Amino acid sequence: MGRATFTYEETGYFLRVKLKGDIDHHSAVAIRSGMDSLLYKIRPRRLYLDLSGVDFMDSSGLGLIMGRYALMKEIGGDVVVCDPCPGVDRVIKLAGLDKLVRIERSKTDAAGQDKPRSRRVRKEVLK
Amino acid sequence: MKSNKFNAKVVNKMQLKLPSLSVNEGMARAAVAAFVSQLDPTATELADIKCAVSEAVTNCIVHGYRDSVGYVRMTVKLCEGRIVRIEIADKGCGIADVKQARQPLFTTDAAGERSGMGFTVMESFTDGVRVSSKLGKGTTVTMIKVLADLDLT
Ligand SMILES: Nc1ncnc2c1ncn2[C@@H]1O[C@H](COP(=O)(O)OP(=O)(O)OP(=O)(O)O)[C@@H](O)[C@H]1O
Ligand SMILES: [Mg+2]
Repeated sequence: MGRATFTYEETGYFLRVKLKGDIDHHSAVAIRSGMDSLLYKIRPRRLYLDLSGVDFMDSSGLGLIMGRYALMKEIGGDVVVCDPCPGVDRVIKLAGLDKLVRIERSKTDAAGQDKPRSRRVRKEVLK
Repeated sequence: MKSNKFNAKVVNKMQLKLPSLSVNEGMARAAVAAFVSQLDPTATELADIKCAVSEAVTNCIVHGYRDSVGYVRMTVKLCEGRIVRIEIADKGCGIADVKQARQPLFTTDAAGERSGMGFTVMESFTDGVRVSSKLGKGTTVTMIKVLADLDLT
């Protein structure tokens, strides 16, 4: 409860972060710090935020996405949100976040175009 | 009656009192969802309620008890006409200007990566929100969700 984990995958200039669990104020704190150290280290051109494993998100998740959007802008990249479930999608649209970041609806679209050059999969488990 | 949804007759009731620890946000959502489930809400209705509750409880924790730990009190009433009435209260700092606070994107905590969308979520995902607040005394948010009639065929 109120726990979330993420895994990530680095593919060339792209970083794909797959979130799992509930995103609320409690879990967002740990996700944010874990993700930011990764972003500063890897400095990707694009951050794919895969939300397919997230079945609950409130406005804290909006803050989380908007904050990563700002950080990616700072390091010269952008954010793409992938596969939000209907409930999460409603929260995103309510805030008009779909006008700020691109939303991709199918997994094959997300990282499929560019063939991976290096592929490293790591798992980060957060308390 | 729908016009009287804030005062509908109470059939069942649950009360919960939790310290303002962020770990309790998930607990509050889950408890309300479990209690409301006896009315067989749709998945969407339940998701709406969970999100609205999460917003109100988080506000108590993040804003109301910004510099302290206090109790968040939650009362859920199931009323006649499939009306769910949820009251979430803190005895924290209170809101100086409620009308301003309810505006979309208004936040006093931009540094904490808040989007200022909490009240907007509550308003969009429920059928009525009332906020009463007094500086230095605390805040009570009352939300109404009217569940669609059960299809008994
Ligand atoms: N229980 C409360 N006690 C004191 N102030 C509150 C309370 N609830 C809300 N507020 C005030 O109202 C403002 C707007 O609340 P709202 O939930 O809409 O946005 P937020 O909490 O700032 O951001 P978000 O909910 O998107 O993370 C808050 O920034 C805060 O100043
Ligand atoms: Mg809020």
